[in-house]
Amino acid sequence: MSTTFDTIADIIAETCDIPRDSIKPESHAINDLGIDSLDFLDIAFAIDKAFGIKLPLEQWTQEVNDGKATTDQYFVLQNLSARIDELVAAKGA
Amino acid sequence: MRLEYFQLIDRIVELDLPGRKISSEATVPAESTIFEGHFPGYPLMPGVLLIETMAQTAGWLVVAANRFERMPFLAAVKNAKLRNFVKPSQLLSVGATLEHEGSGYAVTKASISINGEGVCDAAITFRVFDFPNDEMKAMMHAWAERIGFPNEVPADG
Repeated sequence: MSTTFDTIADIIAETCDIPRDSIKPESHAINDLGIDSLDFLDIAFAIDKAFGIKLPLEQWTQEVNDGKATTDQYFVLQNLSARIDELVAAKGA
Repeated sequence: MRLEYFQLIDRIVELDLPGRKISSEATVPAESTIFEGHFPGYPLMPGVLLIETMAQTAGWLVVAANRFERMPFLAAVKNAKLRNFVKPSQLLSVGATLEHEGSGYAVTKASISINGEGVCDAAITFRVFDFPNDEMKAMMHAWAERIGFPNEVPADG
């Protein structure tokens, strides 16, 4: 069974035509992989479908804009994986 | 179809929010300066305007899904296929389905047919924001009334 990271790395590789082996847990989706906001919508759509969740992108963006969070918390892939796991767990609770 | 105002839908025929689908109609004008250039002696509805017609229909579905509190803006058009020519005066039947409501975006699929024959289809993604100002929201209300946006959908936040 693939991990959450593996699933989102596969999604990113396919959606953004980025070599799969260049996508690491410590990669920052924006700063390291160069994914822009429009491409991230495709990724979010694929993640929402794959995990049956709704990534709270607007909430995250607001928190970053308000200085309450850093982009690392949501867009470094190992952190994104952890957020997804939390959302999946909350859905099943 | 008011080409000069870029308002391409004549009327909403059905809005089925539980079913996440909408249908609309639009009649291509008999005459337009657009047809003088596209093309001389062989007037055709430009494909980009057919895509916009699908986007506006799908957009009204997103407006309804957001209870007229938020506004969709075109973000991406994928797999657009223009299958048949569309000529002046033809009646377009437009349909759209809401495939996914994300956080700040919506994914739809839309199509146009004429007399049951497919004309074009595409997957259309919108960013969804609060209305940027009251003037735009008022314009959207007026537009909604003109095309028969159903009363059972709250037209005010």
